[in-house]
Amino acid sequence: MTALSIRNLRKTYANGVEALKGIDLDVEQGDFFALLGPNGAGKSTAIGIVCSLVNKSGGSVRVFGHDLDTDPAAVKRCIGLVPQEFNFNQFEPLEEIVANQAGYYGVERGEAFRRAGECLRQLDLWDKRRTIARALSGGMKRRLMIARALAHRPRLLILDEPTAGVDIEIRYAMWDLLREINGQGTTIILTTHYLEEAERLCRHIAIINHGEIIEHSSLSRFLDKLRTETFELNLRERLVELPGQAMGGYALQRLDDLTLEVDVPKGQSVNGLFKILSDNGIEVIGMRSKHNRLEQLFMDMVKGAHGGNGG
Amino acid sequence: MNQASLNRIAFQTILTKEILRFMRIWVQTVVPPGITTALYFVIFGALIGERIGEMGGYRYMEFIVPGLILMSVITSSYANVVSSFYFSKFGHHVEELLISPVPNWVILAGYVGGGVARGVVVGIVVTLVSLFFADVGIHSYLLTLAIFVLTSVLFALAGFINAIFAKSFDDISIVPTFVLTPLTYLGGVFYSIQLLPEFWQQVSLANPVLYMVNAFRYGILGVSDISLGVAFGIILLFISVLTIFSLSLLRRGVGIKN
Repeated sequence: MTALSIRNLRKTYANGVEALKGIDLDVEQGDFFALLGPNGAGKSTAIGIVCSLVNKSGGSVRVFGHDLDTDPAAVKRCIGLVPQEFNFNQFEPLEEIVANQAGYYGVERGEAFRRAGECLRQLDLWDKRRTIARALSGGMKRRLMIARALAHRPRLLILDEPTAGVDIEIRYAMWDLLREINGQGTTIILTTHYLEEAERLCRHIAIINHGEIIEHSSLSRFLDKLRTETFELNLRERLVELPGQAMGGYALQRLDDLTLEVDVPKGQSVNGLFKILSDNGIEVIGMRSKHNRLEQLFMDMVKGAHGGNGG
Repeated sequence: MNQASLNRIAFQTILTKEILRFMRIWVQTVVPPGITTALYFVIFGALIGERIGEMGGYRYMEFIVPGLILMSVITSSYANVVSSFYFSKFGHHVEELLISPVPNWVILAGYVGGGVARGVVVGIVVTLVSLFFADVGIHSYLLTLAIFVLTSVLFALAGFINAIFAKSFDDISIVPTFVLTPLTYLGGVFYSIQLLPEFWQQVSLANPVLYMVNAFRYGILGVSDISLGVAFGIILLFISVLTIFSLSLLRRGVGIKN
């Protein structure tokens, strides 16, 4: 079943800015989906329309088969939103914020507080349940927004840059939590500027740029488009210059005395490279991919290197 | 879950949230009207009122009691909704409601309910203060309650509309300062319009607050400058128009959606 189906979605703001130029998008039930794009590409507008925060100019949105135009209440019941900006009442205690949200979805007050406790425990905020939200750190506020979005047990969770500004430890914990939520059957749509995050978590992606979808495929198929991958090699001993002889077709470059860089075409083995380096008395003690793969492709895409719709 | 149950629970949630909001800051929301009313009684009732004598067959102190109670109710109901809804726009937490399946009329009813609740609490405080200064009975409990609630609803709706159009904190104080206060002071709180020349009596009839104050005064004292039927008609007409206008604004997302 399709969790989200968008057809020919258009949005033109009152100032004439055309934020969405007729996008089509499908997200399957149970998927972990990344919606990527540079700032101002139209991601937040698309999410805003799906969540009824922005009025669309045209097109259709269906969530689990419910049409946003004809049955908005059914659509809204299915969705939990973690927006980009903090949008809770900073002067309310955490458990009231989460319980009120459950109440807006028809959860009786007693049950709403029980669920609020459950969500706050899950997000490691139970000890702060009676704290005024304003007193929380940035990372805690992010977690509070996730707890609030989960209060009515949505089938589709939309996260608009949920880990922006949180430290790496919390980010890793949040990734684990999102994997767990997705594993329990909740469909997740994620927008993020941390492409490593999308690569680690998501199975399908779409890239939006200037209000148009320029890529919409599975992550693995998308990464297949990567033509070369660049690796950095750390050397045990100083290397003043590269050996003069041919290096077996590998494009090697010396970055400094202890670091080499090599572009490896997609599908080519790196075993031969290590043999050649070894034959030349160069010992490698470490190796890492220079760029995040998705990041590399993303940059190519939005700069127009690949162009077209990957379908 | 059916939509009716959801609406009931959502309404209770918004109402509870609103009541907790103004009760958390009761020193700012509930105490000042009590102090202001006490000052009115001391200055206008005790000091000046003794020289005025009777009005409408009652001591001046007793005559101004209904108007002072209703004035506090009007101000409190309006202020509660305009500040709460504007603040929810400003802090973006109105989005919690916009993304939820709560119908617009329930959102409106919840906020108006919060305004009425504050009006009731403040009305009780002001009434208790009044009892220190004047010995007033109630002519008709039903009528008094009906006018009390309807007036509160009307001004809560007006506060809601103000909040929707407000773009800054200044915008939520302009209407109370330049519209609400003059209308209330000129609405017969401190005098009977029969004291005015004929021309100004006719001008006063264009002031909707006059109808509410007089109907409320009739409920408490049994005297009024205005026909009760006309007063109810005017109040219900205003409530209907403001409700339809508020729902239209919500439906179009004016001031709250892009």
